[in-house]
Amino acid sequence: MKNFKNMLLLCLLLPLLFAGCGDNRSHSNGVYLLIDTSGTYAQQITKARTIINYLLANLNAGDSLAVAKVESKSFSEKDIIAKVTFDRRPSQANLEKRAFNQKVDVFSKNIKGSAFTDITGGLIQAAEYLNEANPGNKTIIIFSDLQEELGKGTVRDFPIKLTGIRVMAVNVTKLSTDNVDPRRYLDRLAWWEKRVRDAGASDWLVINDLEHLDKLLNNQ
Amino acid sequence: MNNLNSWLFWPEQVALSVLALFFILTIFLYAARQPAHNVITSLCNLGAHALRFASRWLLATAEGLRQRNKTVLLAHGQAEVTSQIEREFERVNNMVSKELSEYPAMQRKMMDELTRIEEDYQKSGEVPPPTPEWIEALSTIANLQSGGDIARKMLDELHRSVQKIHDKTINEYRKAYERRHKILKGLMPVWRSVDKTVKILDTNLINLTSNAKSIDVNMARYEEMRSKTDKSEHTLAISAFVQLGISSLVMLIAVGGAFINFKLIALPMSEMVGASDYITNNLRTSDVAALVIVLMEASMGVFLLESLRITHLFPTIGSMNDQLRKRVMWAALILLFILACIESSLALMRDMLVADKAAMLHDLATIAPVASDSLLTRIPMVGQMVMGFVLPFVLAFVAIPLEVVVYSLRTAGGVLMVTIMRAISFVLRFSAMIIHRLGHILINIYDITIVLPLLTERWIASLRDTSVRRNTDLKSGRTS
Repeated sequence: MKNFKNMLLLCLLLPLLFAGCGDNRSHSNGVYLLIDTSGTYAQQITKARTIINYLLANLNAGDSLAVAKVESKSFSEKDIIAKVTFDRRPSQANLEKRAFNQKVDVFSKNIKGSAFTDITGGLIQAAEYLNEANPGNKTIIIFSDLQEELGKGTVRDFPIKLTGIRVMAVNVTKLSTDNVDPRRYLDRLAWWEKRVRDAGASDWLVINDLEHLDKLLNNQ
Repeated sequence: MNNLNSWLFWPEQVALSVLALFFILTIFLYAARQPAHNVITSLCNLGAHALRFASRWLLATAEGLRQRNKTVLLAHGQAEVTSQIEREFERVNNMVSKELSEYPAMQRKMMDELTRIEEDYQKSGEVPPPTPEWIEALSTIANLQSGGDIARKMLDELHRSVQKIHDKTINEYRKAYERRHKILKGLMPVWRSVDKTVKILDTNLINLTSNAKSIDVNMARYEEMRSKTDKSEHTLAISAFVQLGISSLVMLIAVGGAFINFKLIALPMSEMVGASDYITNNLRTSDVAALVIVLMEASMGVFLLESLRITHLFPTIGSMNDQLRKRVMWAALILLFILACIESSLALMRDMLVADKAAMLHDLATIAPVASDSLLTRIPMVGQMVMGFVLPFVLAFVAIPLEVVVYSLRTAGGVLMVTIMRAISFVLRFSAMIIHRLGHILINIYDITIVLPLLTERWIASLRDTSVRRNTDLKSGRTS
């Protein structure tokens, strides 16, 4: 009889035991999207919205997402358009996704092109954010043509640290000069891959076809 | 190549070196022939004996296991048949106490009814009409010598009287018939009642006969089991396999139901325990919590059926006194009901979450969500809720096949174990035979490698025999 009572008690307490244990960080995704707003590339914002929508639709409760713009000097919190770590409850996470989408909507309607493109600064800022949020899988998405143009006095020629972060370049458009000499485009991609890999990134990927966005959240 | 050269006496003359090596090796092998034969024989015998011993041990163990299985199987079978016989006796007892206890009353009723029938029958007997007295009077008048008016008047008068009497008699006759018909009509319900009573008796007796036959069959089975015949063991084993098959099929269906149940509550459970919590690499806490809920429902079902004495998995519950057992039953039923309610509400929450996610995806796609509040959208929601409420109760019945699986698995496992052990024993025995024969083959192969010295040995031996025979012949010649 005593054994029977103990078994009943254990059955009732099991859900509580399971609810109490576990790791809520190691399996979550953290994505930082850098949107290039320099010059004519700012017109590509519609495509950027597609990526954001894809991320919002596929990120789960507990995941983190931040969207920031790449401007003349991008190593700043002011460049972050919206950031969120979704609630553990799916219903609350859905509300947060809606709010996030509204912020991005406001940004996309008032976008202003910048004179320079500080991608490195944005990368450093992204790494800082992701390391602070500490999700299980860290991903930086660079939505840019990867043509970095730094303003006078902006220093970025030093080694950066992207340890354990996947870096992806999305929609790397070809410039008019690239069409003249395609080696410029290929060299640019190779230069960024080397820079990112030297910084300790776990992976480097280029996605130009937005039909293949499923690779964005490919968990390691 | 260098290694090969190191074995050659004269590396420049390979053939000669190999020949020399072969010669030395042959001499060595010939010299070591007897010990080598002994070693080969001993090793092969050792291997063969070890394998044969293992085979014998396995056979003995398998036999022991078979005996134990048989004992358990027969004991289980006996218990089952005993309970069946008890149930049959209980039915007979119920029938006898319920139906046949009323037998004296029924008999009395039947006797009364029969008496009444007899009396009524007597009453309904045909009464002959009274003899017409006027016939005699008529013949007297007819015999009168003097006729005339007097006679005619008398005859007329007589005719009138006769007519009157005739009418009266006919009337009475008809009334008598009517009365008799009424009596016979009144007999009909009595006949029906008698017929019904006889039919009831007939049915009861048929049931009793059927029960007696069933008891006879079960008793014969019981006797067979008592005498521990192989036939009864075989029958019980086959029955166990059949039961295992059927129960496994039912369990499989139940597992399907449990899976649907799990899917129904896994998503809303993430709302309660969090969607981002993981227990292991791929195991979400919400999934485990949902699984635990489903398992708890199944457990409550087991306890419920156990307390109802439908299953007998826990002797503790079965041996409880009735009051305590009823309390356990009510506790299990209430908990099951609560879990069913929880699951139903989780199913509702699941529908809401899915709808919310769909709406959000519509928002993201910048397409206005289609406002739909029709009956079609409510049917799945109601369906999910009903399923969420019903499935726990359906799952509760999994205890019955579970019990059968538990009991028949022991028998099936035992039979399978014995078969495997016998098969291994056969393989070992066969290997032992092979190793034993291998010894002879190896000895023959050994002798083939030293065939030249052996031939020389035989030749010398035959020469020696010839010279010995010659000497013997010479000696015998001299003597003669």
